[in-house]
Amino acid sequence: MKAVCSQKGWKVDQERLKEERAILKQIARKFTNFEKKRQGLIPILQMVQEELSYLSAEALNMVAGYLEISKNEIYGVATFYNQFRFQPPGKHPIKVCLGTACHVRAGDIILENFERKLKICDGETSDDREFSLERVACVGCCALAPVAVIGETVHGHMAPSKVEGLILRIEIEKEMQAREKQKNESGQS
Amino acid sequence: MPKILVDDREIEAEEGSTLLQACLNNDIYIPNLCYVEGMQYPSSSCRMCFVEIKGQDKPVAACVVTVRENMVVKTETETVRRLQRSALRLLLSVHRVDCKNCQANKKCELQRIAKFLKIGLKPKKLEQYLKEPEIVQEHPCLDYYPNRCVLCGKCLYVCRKQHGQSVLTFAKRGFETIISFYGQDDESKFECEGCTVCVDICPVGALIMRDL
Repeated sequence: MKAVCSQKGWKVDQERLKEERAILKQIARKFTNFEKKRQGLIPILQMVQEELSYLSAEALNMVAGYLEISKNEIYGVATFYNQFRFQPPGKHPIKVCLGTACHVRAGDIILENFERKLKICDGETSDDREFSLERVACVGCCALAPVAVIGETVHGHMAPSKVEGLILRIEIEKEMQAREKQKNESGQS
Repeated sequence: MPKILVDDREIEAEEGSTLLQACLNNDIYIPNLCYVEGMQYPSSSCRMCFVEIKGQDKPVAACVVTVRENMVVKTETETVRRLQRSALRLLLSVHRVDCKNCQANKKCELQRIAKFLKIGLKPKKLEQYLKEPEIVQEHPCLDYYPNRCVLCGKCLYVCRKQHGQSVLTFAKRGFETIISFYGQDDESKFECEGCTVCVDICPVGALIMRDL
């Protein structure tokens, strides 16, 4: 069974929102480096994604305004290419390898487990922007198949039973950091 | 006016018209899904309107051929039919065949072509590949059925012609390609109200005006 997929708004903290607004302003300034021509659409989208790390609805609106192309046309172009993402990457991006070796060792089951556990589909980001899930084709360590990469760490010989543990560990680490922070704060005051 | 020979019948075509148009005007039916009369650049994406032209070793799409004097054309050779049948089978393999509950029943272009090519609506050799969800209701007054859509693009064309800019667009790629109304908020309802060009041109009933 596939996890239920849905488009959604993310519960984002105000800090991140402010940050994003600042980046959008920066992007607006950068528009002037590009010609106001239809041909410029893809380079502009690439610039936006480089700055913002994904294409948000507001960003697409800005591009539409600058190039005077309808929003939906830009959406059509952007969804055609794999390089553009519409969901922000999570704090812990998870990449599940589905290259030949991992495919043979049932990498798709690992992906499915992540999907079910995080309740997101590949290419999506969890509500709290902690995790994002992505499928990749070969990370270059086929001997360890099936492989998942969380952040920068490679996890080889993955098994469905390991999925929950990995996510739990990240959550515990986060919890511990939060507690430590609290302790320090209360200790200072 | 160039005279051309289609299936051993001499017909007169309008100067500069496409071969497909000339045949249709003279009651010679060639299956087609994505062609709209008067198109300057036919997309020729449905791969249905194949014909064989004398002097060319492979069948060509009739919608992108301009008539020339003394052209000799065959529309019903075995090669042509084989191409058309596989194209239709592929379309039907991604189509929700549920004619009873479809508004386009009996005026559906797929039904017509299937009958014309003498193939069943449920091809057995190909696996069904359907999209989710069954209905997309992101537009304020249009319902879109991805599993009925044949992605001919006629709705985009007529919408752009009518309004200068299309409310609809192709989105995504490959099997996942859909028609999208991205960025259509309630404002567009105003624009779309009273206009049914896209609904009228749809050959399969994939776009339906929502009853409000």
